[in-house]
Amino acid sequence: MRFKEKSVEFLIRVCGVASIFIVALIFLFLLKEGIQLFGRVSAVDFLFGRNWYPISEPGEFGILPLILGTLLVTLGASILSIPFGVAAAVYISEVAPARFKEVLKSGIELLAAIPSVVLGFIGMVTIVPWVKAAFKVPTGLTAFTGSLLLAFMAMPTIVSIAEDALHSVPKSYKEGAYALGATRWQTIRRVILPAASSGILAAIMLGIGRVVGETMAVMMVTGNSPSMPRGFFYPVRTLTATVAAEMGETVQGSDHYFALFAIGIVLFLITFAVNMAADLFLHRKKK
Amino acid sequence: MVKTEPPTKISVKKLFVSYGTKTVLRDISLEIPANQVLSIIGPANSGKTSFLKTLNRLIETESDCSIAGEVFFDGREIRRDLDPAELRRKIGIIFALPVPLPMTVFENVVYGPRRQGVRQKKKLKEIAEQALREAYLWDEMKDRLDEFALKLSGGQQQRLCIARTLAVRPDVILFDEPCSALDPISTAKIEEAMGILKEHYTIVLVTNNTKQAARVGDQTAFFLSGDLVEIGPTGKIFTAPADQRTEDYIVGRFG
Amino acid sequence: MKIDPKISQKIAFTLLLLATLVVILPVALVIVVIVKEGIGAINWEFLTAMPRSGMRAGGILPAIVGTFYLVLGAILFALPVGLFSAIYLAEYAKDNWLNRAVRLAIINLAGVPSVVFGLFGLALFVTFFRFGASILAGSLTLGLMILPVVITSSREALDAVPKSFRQVSLSLGATKVQTIRYAVLPHALPGILTGTILGIGRAAGETAPILFTVAAFYLPRLPKSIFDQAMALPYHLYVLSTQVPNVDSKIRYGTALVLLAIVLTMNLVAVAIRSHFRKKKKW
Repeated sequence: MRFKEKSVEFLIRVCGVASIFIVALIFLFLLKEGIQLFGRVSAVDFLFGRNWYPISEPGEFGILPLILGTLLVTLGASILSIPFGVAAAVYISEVAPARFKEVLKSGIELLAAIPSVVLGFIGMVTIVPWVKAAFKVPTGLTAFTGSLLLAFMAMPTIVSIAEDALHSVPKSYKEGAYALGATRWQTIRRVILPAASSGILAAIMLGIGRVVGETMAVMMVTGNSPSMPRGFFYPVRTLTATVAAEMGETVQGSDHYFALFAIGIVLFLITFAVNMAADLFLHRKKK
Repeated sequence: MVKTEPPTKISVKKLFVSYGTKTVLRDISLEIPANQVLSIIGPANSGKTSFLKTLNRLIETESDCSIAGEVFFDGREIRRDLDPAELRRKIGIIFALPVPLPMTVFENVVYGPRRQGVRQKKKLKEIAEQALREAYLWDEMKDRLDEFALKLSGGQQQRLCIARTLAVRPDVILFDEPCSALDPISTAKIEEAMGILKEHYTIVLVTNNTKQAARVGDQTAFFLSGDLVEIGPTGKIFTAPADQRTEDYIVGRFG
Repeated sequence: MKIDPKISQKIAFTLLLLATLVVILPVALVIVVIVKEGIGAINWEFLTAMPRSGMRAGGILPAIVGTFYLVLGAILFALPVGLFSAIYLAEYAKDNWLNRAVRLAIINLAGVPSVVFGLFGLALFVTFFRFGASILAGSLTLGLMILPVVITSSREALDAVPKSFRQVSLSLGATKVQTIRYAVLPHALPGILTGTILGIGRAAGETAPILFTVAAFYLPRLPKSIFDQAMALPYHLYVLSTQVPNVDSKIRYGTALVLLAIVLTMNLVAVAIRSHFRKKKKW
């Protein structure tokens, strides 16, 4: 009996710390494959090189255009999703009547649940032609289209975490303001939003992290042009789309293969940094 | 006729308990004889509940708790010589707020025996009946064993908790202000039960109600802010306490 | 000019409502469009037959079956590991550096891009362990991906069980493991179930992790072992939309509809379980 108890507890503890082990393993394996690129290409050439020609002889592996592509799409998505996302969070948390609130929250959850490939598909068949026609550009596959689609994928993350932050502002703050005669809107603006600000900031960061890491939807609507982005209404290529689109065509053990893993390292580090920063903000608030 | 000393059931030697930097019990030493009731009185935050939880090692589930000193149960040190589950089968506890588990009355009572491996329905029913009788609950519940425990009244729930503890056949029962959430009639029933239970069990009762302590206890101990101020036969404590603080508390000058 | 605060509040609240609708309405639009255009393709043949002529005719059965196997495998991994991990966090972990690291690791795992999981699956399962592109590799990769979801919701469910239950169980002489098994777990089950179903929905819809680890586009037969490659609905939709010309758009929408239906049903079931048990709280 004692032995059974001890062995179950052992399993529990092993699984408990498994997550650390898994994250470390992911980084290790990315490193194991990706680092082999840097025998041939220097890190500076990799990160700042303007030419991504992986299949030419010899291949060129500069990912600057891809970084800029990711940046462009992320920026656009943020500009759209942050105001709408925070506004929706405020509405749901502070204004919406109870039953409507539940409906809205379910709607947000449903939006978050839609697979990215489905959103990419819808984007392809509805938004892409619209962009082409409305903005009179040669193709609707642009950074803007990607931003639009990704904004909707970031919004549920922003809304739910910001809403949590708003919800956990102590009631006493609100009641104090009401007692002094403030309207609900004044209270929201002057008391609740500032109190929840670090949580809202964390929500925004996690939303951005989501956008940076998004693959399928972005792949399907931003075009396929891994050259330096010419503008918001031109095709671009993101880091994620590059890996997804090109891995199928590489030979295992080739420089191209290693380069894609190197991009994986970059992606891992970016999202790691964003997540750590967001967590810092979430916990600074709790104090 | 020679009067024999009752054997010591629990012996506490120089017990110190703290949570982090806060000391809740300081240098406690006392002896609890078998088959007697020890009443523990004192104002809030004196460490009375922490003391009880130390006796059955439940205090170890609190975070950041450190214990120094020794507690002997039947001559064996509870942290060195006994494993917690084994100890808790011998020293049961009744909390202030009745906590029936969300299951039927029957399932509540046989929870302990089941965990010890008793499986046969017949044996479990016997155990349940005996425990419910000893807790003065059998007559009310014998046809309602399958009722959901949370539907019972407060007094019934508390007696259910007592039955549940008795089913495990402990030697010692710790009561932590068991009547504080109950009406006077339920309180009287439980005090009556305690009086009968001490024939077979050793009882430690923590109570805020000095009159209850006087009614029920053979010995009484007075705790104040983590110190054991005084301990002695109940009659003496209540009529001629040795320490001024004890007297002040008993007559209600503070508390 | 000072605006009456009541009026500025009304304006502000209306704007907030509009913003919220902008966030939510696309959901309705997506669902409506897919149902409208795709329902025409849904018939018994579509759901149960093998594909023919390079995906232009026939059905998508292998993709449905492939998705089913992948999700099953993912859950078989993620549920036990995730549940035990949550039990560790809820019942055993003290507040020290190790457990703060665990918490951070879970948050990071939840934020790793799906394509990076794909790379990891490729490097570890397909290559290093030599499983090859297979259901085994794909399931394990997906399982790792949904691990944080299962851990987080199980942990919340365990934390919601009152501490007093544990104290009662321990004080009756049960061991810690017995206490978890008989006094805590039964009451955390709905939350754990909810998390698992949400994980299923997530795993069913992911494409990037399975791109390099299992997915094949045109495999007009059902997989026979876990070392086989398989078709899967998300990958299928992707290739249909981007790489196969001259496919009746109905087939594309139909595939999207089947995938969306599976994922949204899972979510609705999870939400239904959660709210049902929230109302029925027995304590």
